Amino acid sequence: MKITMAHGSGGESTSRLIEEVFSKYFNNEYLSELSDSAVVPGAGRLAITTDSFVVTPVIFPGGDIGRLSVCGTVNDLLMSGAVPKYITCGCILEEGLDMEILDKVIASMAETAREAGVVVVTGDTKVVEKHSDVSGLIINTSGVGFIPEGIDAPGPSHLEDGDKIIVSGNLGDHHAAILGTRMGIENDIISDNAPLVEMTRKLMDNGLRVHAMRDVTRGGLGTVLNEFASASKCQIELSETDIPVSPSVKDFCGILGLNPIYMGNEGKMVISVHKDDAEKALLLIKESKYGENATVIGEVKKGKESADNINVIVRTKIGGKRVVGPMYGEGLPRIC
Amino acid sequence: MSNPALDKIIEELKNYDGREIRLMEVCGTHTAAISENGIPSMLSDKIKLISGPGCPVCVTVTAVIDTLIELSLTEKTCVLTFGDLIRVKGTDGSLADAKARGGNVRMVYSPMDSIKLAKDNPDTNFVFAAIGFETTTPVYALLIEEAEKLRLKNIKILTSLKTMPEVIRWVVKNAGNIDGFIAPGHVAAVTGGGIFNDLSKELGIPFVVSGFEGEQLLMTIYALLKMAGKGGYKNLYKSAVSEEGNLSAKEKVAKYFEVSDSSWRGMGKIPGSGMALKPEYRQFDAGSYGLDEDHEPAGCRCASVLVGAISPHECPLFGKKCTPDNAHGACMVSTEGSCYNYFISGR
Repeated sequence: MKITMAHGSGGESTSRLIEEVFSKYFNNEYLSELSDSAVVPGAGRLAITTDSFVVTPVIFPGGDIGRLSVCGTVNDLLMSGAVPKYITCGCILEEGLDMEILDKVIASMAETAREAGVVVVTGDTKVVEKHSDVSGLIINTSGVGFIPEGIDAPGPSHLEDGDKIIVSGNLGDHHAAILGTRMGIENDIISDNAPLVEMTRKLMDNGLRVHAMRDVTRGGLGTVLNEFASASKCQIELSETDIPVSPSVKDFCGILGLNPIYMGNEGKMVISVHKDDAEKALLLIKESKYGENATVIGEVKKGKESADNINVIVRTKIGGKRVVGPMYGEGLPRIC
Repeated sequence: MSNPALDKIIEELKNYDGREIRLMEVCGTHTAAISENGIPSMLSDKIKLISGPGCPVCVTVTAVIDTLIELSLTEKTCVLTFGDLIRVKGTDGSLADAKARGGNVRMVYSPMDSIKLAKDNPDTNFVFAAIGFETTTPVYALLIEEAEKLRLKNIKILTSLKTMPEVIRWVVKNAGNIDGFIAPGHVAAVTGGGIFNDLSKELGIPFVVSGFEGEQLLMTIYALLKMAGKGGYKNLYKSAVSEEGNLSAKEKVAKYFEVSDSSWRGMGKIPGSGMALKPEYRQFDAGSYGLDEDHEPAGCRCASVLVGAISPHECPLFGKKCTPDNAHGACMVSTEGSCYNYFISGR
């Protein structure tokens, strides 16, 4: 069965679509009301975020747009120190979309929401006419999370001299998986799309001095660390040989002239943590789901000598030094 | 580092205190690899690395870009190009600007992709922007061979193909003051190292063929330092480069292409420095002849940067008006361009 314009009419076909696909998977007490807005319990400091997801193909090695749309929003909440609670699901469906694909994507979205501990409380669907270059399905998710009492939300301007920089795993997997599929290159690379709930909660619950925390998505590690360095007015020095990249992604990048430092990820984060808490932080991340390849990749230098030199430096494998700027231009094809 | 010989080389390169030595890399991939490995930070101030005219996008003249733009705006015509070229400015904007105005421009990863497109879309005329050096020309030869075999009438190429030896002679004669050349490994893999051996004898300047790994580039620079003033030739990339080169690739090129004059950004027309389709294959040419006109955006000094006459920092636009996000000159557009590499890696 295919999506038709009638599925977006607001009438019976729409109700049936919601019932047969969305309510089936997202079944919960808030959504079942099917009212204009979800009324949910909550208090204190809220973190709110929204993100839209467009990716071709919608189902890719290691994931799909449904899983991606939960991970992206949940990870954004986690990075603010919040515990993600509720998310919304706005779908723009293209006429002609296969019902089977929609079913698969929404089922995966529901499963990922369960894994991340969030409830899909409200949603919306619209159907648009077929456009040749669109993937058939666009999803927007907004998310709400609660920031626990006594938690200092980490921020890019909070880096301190001597902080260690830890990345939670191999870089470039999502980007390479999507690009490889689009180009028809056969390899074993799968997307890393994952909710980083366990590792971030462990860091917060153990009271570690995490000064900054960011998921490494479009723009890559280079762009995130430049934002850190410039917001905190410091220099970050990295060791190239310590930056974790899987051998398959390394080969893939070699062939296409890509740099993993600028590639997008959907299940990786980077933190700047007080040097005395770094060892513990690394251990906690490594013990967590999706954190087994976490590595300390560099440190923060803040002081007189770096005052005029606010940037990110990498020590190369042959012992040279170069600046790592933020990503410039469009970089690479859109991947999320 | 656990290689004592390499450690010694690294130490000598850092502590060199003789006369100033200027070494030119004439391959854009070398420019990128040198930046990527942070090699300039490992050299004494008295060893200067200069990027030469080896980035294909950078040396392409305005007339070629303008023609491609015109073609992209022509009915039932689609221009196919590699990524970098799409952002290079012509007289009135870039191919990317033309695309936004409704021009039909598609980025592809390999010229061979165009065969499938031409087969699947018989009503569209495809024009491939065939730019590049000796390394890329064999792929265009394969493209023409395939198009000929399949009797495809809707695929053509617009050529701006360059070769190395004549432009190296031009640089030595006109820009001068080069003590040694890091010879391009990929070009040499196709042409054979022999052409650089011949050039070293003719010009009395040392040439060392190098691969792209950091260690090998350091060894190449070290070898050139020792050979400076004396001339000579070495091939340090023997795993990929033989003296005679890739004979089957050369054969394919010779079947479809012939030596031609070619216009280079900032250097004008250099006799015998290009390749063009042979007369018997001109049905595959999209109008490549006489594309010599070239003008740079106001203030842009790409032409002087390309021949090593000035360093990117000496251009008044560098890092100010001209950045990778808003590139005025071609050298800031391409990831192999010298300005882009100097800017991105803080050289």
